[in-house]
Amino acid sequence: MNQKQNIQLPEGSLGKQTTTMNLGPTHPATHGVFQNILEMDGERIVSAVPTVGYIHRAFEKLAERKPYYQITTLTDRLNYCSSPINNMGWHMTVEKLIQAELPKRVEYLRVIIMELSRIADHLVCNSVIGVDTGAATGFFYVFEFRELIYEIFEEICGSRLTTNIGRIGGLERNFSELAFQKINHFMKTFPKAMEEFENLLTRNRIFVDRTVGAGPISAERALNYGFTGPNLRAAGIDYDIRVSHPYSSYQDFKFDIPVGHHGDTYDRFLVRNGEIWQSLSILQQALDKLKDHDPSVYHADLPDFYLPLKEDVYTKMEALIYHFKIVMGETELPVGEVYHSVEGGNGELGFYLISDGGRSPYRLHFRRPCFIYYQAYPEMIQGSMLSDAVVTMSSMNLIAGELDA
Amino acid sequence: MDLNDLVQQKLKDKFGELVSDFIMHYDILTFETPKENNLKVLTFLKEDAELQFDFLNDLTAVHYPNEAGRELAVVYMLQNIRNGQRIRLKVFTDIQKPDVFTAVNLFSTANWLEREAYDFFGVNFVGHPNLIRIMNVDEMDYFPLRKEYPVEDQTRIDKDDDMFGR
Repeated sequence: MNQKQNIQLPEGSLGKQTTTMNLGPTHPATHGVFQNILEMDGERIVSAVPTVGYIHRAFEKLAERKPYYQITTLTDRLNYCSSPINNMGWHMTVEKLIQAELPKRVEYLRVIIMELSRIADHLVCNSVIGVDTGAATGFFYVFEFRELIYEIFEEICGSRLTTNIGRIGGLERNFSELAFQKINHFMKTFPKAMEEFENLLTRNRIFVDRTVGAGPISAERALNYGFTGPNLRAAGIDYDIRVSHPYSSYQDFKFDIPVGHHGDTYDRFLVRNGEIWQSLSILQQALDKLKDHDPSVYHADLPDFYLPLKEDVYTKMEALIYHFKIVMGETELPVGEVYHSVEGGNGELGFYLISDGGRSPYRLHFRRPCFIYYQAYPEMIQGSMLSDAVVTMSSMNLIAGELDA
Repeated sequence: MDLNDLVQQKLKDKFGELVSDFIMHYDILTFETPKENNLKVLTFLKEDAELQFDFLNDLTAVHYPNEAGRELAVVYMLQNIRNGQRIRLKVFTDIQKPDVFTAVNLFSTANWLEREAYDFFGVNFVGHPNLIRIMNVDEMDYFPLRKEYPVEDQTRIDKDDDMFGR
């Protein structure tokens, strides 16, 4: 490597009339490591240059070395506010490659997990918009319930943030009785807190003044920039992968897609709140549907990919062989290219997988929603105040882990 | 008429031999075009009143070191946002002269995605407004996702590659 210095001052920065200001790099504990080099005319932003890649961890390269079942842990660390959705997305990609059919009950259990994590993701984002406008109260209200969701995950899979939930072909174990109790407790107590949270902010004069018109984007520009998820829907386009390309039996559920009109911070906030209510309705429907299915089913019959029970490994020859083959990555995989996407917490999370039949992918590309829509940020904040830039960023739901892969 | 057949038919009518290798990869119609022709195909797909592929869903690159003369593939995935139809366009290029026209003027999405493809594979997008590295440090002088760079430290002797993967 040559020893060129890595500082890029904008053209003619010494003789200019505007001020250059570094917004960040911020501490990783805030929203992740972000840096924006702003050109300021007084308190107005003239232009912005975002820098990304501070926590790049080469997931796409690492995935070319790992067997399929080990890649789940990489997906955890993309959008870590809703890692179960990423995990499920990856499992479903491989299941699409091997053309596996899953029992309905497994798909409904996955829907429960995914909708819980969507609620957690939206809660973090929306309550942090509150914090960034100076209202920390809402944040404390709803974080109690995010904690309840994390306790449910803990009960289901044993971990909280980087969950590694599920396996190719199903879930690693069945939901326990306690898990259902915790879900029901959450379903009973959360709506009241959510109402309180909405009462606190939705018609709050200060909040409305700060967010209406901050960081707007038109539907046309949002589409051109590849926006997906709540950010695109806030601009008025009702594109939701759960509806347009249903996966995991989402076609069995009835729910609305909330859309906004102006694509500004306030609309994004309202769309996320609306989606939380829709997620709650999906959760209730899923819990009801589960009653019609055999409660002992939690994975598909896929001996080549799904690890056998440990006691079978010790007592049955076949189970031992399969166990060995799976752990050593000796399973035959079809050659092919497959793209699968799920509606993540902040947009369309896609997996473009090219398999050459080997034990690990030939190439795996993550379509990371916030990497794609963050490039619109300079356009969205141009001409606005510095304080608007801050709330715009928090309302876009940027997760540095996903941005940098 | 099936939507994929319609796309294939319209492309054949418009470009003839320049679009080829139509194949269904699972649910997505995939086809190729010479790299000089990529913008014409993308513009046609975007602006045709019937097709309306106005959403560049994804763009990435793939390295095939054994295919002489077409080592690098640039893969575009387009989507019609109204009916959700997805198609995939592939453009192959020589690794010695990896020049591909940029799609930034058609889709703003392509800006950072092309920078990423440049950063990791060294695809030179001709006409890109700001083709610099995006994830890796600017001082880096190689393209890390190419297949000649293995993940593991090659000086390690405690791992037997015959048993553990490629």
